[in-house]
Amino acid sequence: MSMTANPALTPVKDRAAAARLGRRRKRADALARGLSLAATGIGLVFLASILATLFVKGFGALNLSVFTEVTRPPGSNGGLLNAITGSLLQVALATVIGTPIGMLVGTFLAEYARGSAFGNVVRFVSDILLSAPSILIGLFVYQLLVLPFGGFSGWAGVAALSIIIIPIVVRTTEDMLSLIPNTLREAVIGLGAPKWKMIVLVCWKSAVSGIITGVLLGIARIAGETAPLLFTSLGNNAWSTDLSGPMPSLPITIYSYAGSPFQDWIELAWAGALLITLAVLLLNILARSLLRRGP
Amino acid sequence: MSQAASLPAASRPRTARRSNLGDTLFAGACHAAGGLVLLLLGGIIVELFLGGLPAFRAFGLPFLWSTEWDPVTEVFGAGVSVYGTVVTAVLAILLAVPVAFGVAFFLTELAPPWMRRPVGTAVELLAAVPSIIYGMWGFFVIAPIMAQYVQPALIDSIGELPLIGFLFQGPPFGTGILTAALILAIMILPFIAATMRDVFEQVPAVFKESAYGLGCTTWEVMKGVVLPYTRISVAGGIMLGLGRALGETMAVTFVIGNANRITTTLFGPGNTIASVVALEFGESEMGSLKLSALLALGFILFVLSFVVLACSRWLLRSRLKA
Repeated sequence: MSMTANPALTPVKDRAAAARLGRRRKRADALARGLSLAATGIGLVFLASILATLFVKGFGALNLSVFTEVTRPPGSNGGLLNAITGSLLQVALATVIGTPIGMLVGTFLAEYARGSAFGNVVRFVSDILLSAPSILIGLFVYQLLVLPFGGFSGWAGVAALSIIIIPIVVRTTEDMLSLIPNTLREAVIGLGAPKWKMIVLVCWKSAVSGIITGVLLGIARIAGETAPLLFTSLGNNAWSTDLSGPMPSLPITIYSYAGSPFQDWIELAWAGALLITLAVLLLNILARSLLRRGP
Repeated sequence: MSQAASLPAASRPRTARRSNLGDTLFAGACHAAGGLVLLLLGGIIVELFLGGLPAFRAFGLPFLWSTEWDPVTEVFGAGVSVYGTVVTAVLAILLAVPVAFGVAFFLTELAPPWMRRPVGTAVELLAAVPSIIYGMWGFFVIAPIMAQYVQPALIDSIGELPLIGFLFQGPPFGTGILTAALILAIMILPFIAATMRDVFEQVPAVFKESAYGLGCTTWEVMKGVVLPYTRISVAGGIMLGLGRALGETMAVTFVIGNANRITTTLFGPGNTIASVVALEFGESEMGSLKLSALLALGFILFVLSFVVLACSRWLLRSRLKA
C-alpha cells in the first residue's frame, strides 16, 4: 500500500536525481533517529529531575526525629512516625487480604476458564479495574463501608487498597500460569493427582517467582496511593494503631503537609516523599530482578 | 494376586472421594473469586450511581453540562470539570504520544542491546513514581519554570499568531490547564511507550529484514512496515494512556489551579472531575446535596474511563491473544 507509493522504491534513471533522493532519505532517517534519541532523553531527564529534587529536598529534611516523633503542629519538631506506621499497617493488611483473592482469580482465569465466556468477562473486568481511577475505588468504599458504619476507619482504607491490589496480582498470576507448558499439567494428572494438587503443588510452585513479582509491584502501587485513602482512612495526627478509627498514612500526610503554608511541614512532606519514592522504586527494581532470575 | 488387586481397590474410593471434595472446594473458591471481581465492578457502578442519584434528580440531565458550582445556593453542575478532564487528558495525549513513540522507536530499533534494558527500566520506573510525588514535583519545580520561562516565551511567540494565539495568552501563573496536561503527559508517557515497545517487538523479523534488504533506512522500515503492522495496537496503547489521564487525581490537584470556570486560554486555572472530588469532599457533609453531586461526578468519570479503557482493550485484543 504505502510501499508502492514510496519514491524510494521506484526506479530512478537520472543519476543526479538518484543522489538527491538518497541524500533526502538519509537526512529523513538521521532526523528521525535524532528526534527519537531526544525523546528518550526527555523521558530520562524527567525521571532524573524528579529523583534529584527528591534527594536534594528530601535528604535535607531527613533526620532521626522523622522516624521517632509523631506528627505535631507546625513549629514543634514533629516527625512522621505515626504516618509511616499507619501506612505500613494498612499496606500490609491490604496485601494479606488482596493477594489470595487475586491469586485465586488468576488461577481461575488460567486453569478453569480458558476460552469460556464467563472467564472472558472476568478477565475484561479485572483489566478495567487495573486501570480504573483509584479515586473511584475510594468513593466506592466510602459509600460501602464509611457511610453505613458511621465513620472513617483504617479498615476502610485497607479495603480500598486491597481492591486496588487484586487486579495487579490477577494479571501476573494469570500471565505466569499461562507460561507453564500443558505437558507438565498432563504429566501430573497422568500420575493420578487431583486437579487442585496439580495447581497448588506444581503450577503455583513453578510460577511462584512471577507471582511474587506481581505482589511486590502491587505493594509498590498501593504504598503510594493517596486519593482512595482521602475518603476511607482519612488521616489522623496522633499515634494510632486502631483500625476502627481514622488512621494516618504517609501519602495523606504528605498531601496535607505539602499544601500547607508552614515551611517545616513542607520539609517533612519532602522527607516523606523521598521515603515513599525510594521504597516504591526499590520494590520495583527488586520485582524486576526477581522476574529476570526466574524461569 | 487377588489380594494385591483388592487392596488398592478398597482404598481407592476413599482417596477418590477426598480428592473430589478437594477439587470441588478449590474450583468453588476460584469461581467465587472470579465472581467477586464482577461484583466489585458492579458494586462500584451501583454505589456511585445511587450516591449521585439525589444530584441527578435535583438537576436532571443539564447537570452534565451546567457550569454552575455554588455550594452556598446548592446549585451544582458538571460542565466545567468534565471540560477540564477531557481537555487536560487530550492535551496530555498530544504531548505524550510523539515522545512515547520516539522512546519506543529508540528502544526497539536504535539502541544498542546493552542499553535497552537499563533505559527501558528507567522509563518504566517513571510509571512507578506515585501520583502525589508528581504533584509535589509539578507544583514546586515545574510550575515555577512554566511561569518564568515557558509561558512568557509561548505568549511572545505562539500567542501572537492569529487563530490559535488566544490559547496562549493571559497571565503566566505557572499552574493551570497546560501545566496539568504536561504533568499528566509525563505520567502516561511510560504506559504508552511500554505498549508501543511491546507491539513493535512483535513484528516478525522477516518483514523488517525484507524491507532492509530492499535498501530501506531504519526510519522507512518503521514508517512503512512496523507502524502499518501495529497501528491498531498502537491506538490501543494511546487509549490506555487516555484512560489513565482521565482519572489522575493527586498530581492534577496540585497544579491545575482549581477554579470553577472555563477559560479560553490554556494558561488559565480550571479543574477536573477527580480534582474537584478530592478537594471538595472534605468540605461536604454526609448526606448533603453537595456530596451527592460529587458522587455523581464520580459516576460520570467512571463511565468516561470505562468507555475509553474498554476501547483500549478491544484495540489491544490481538496483542493479548498473542
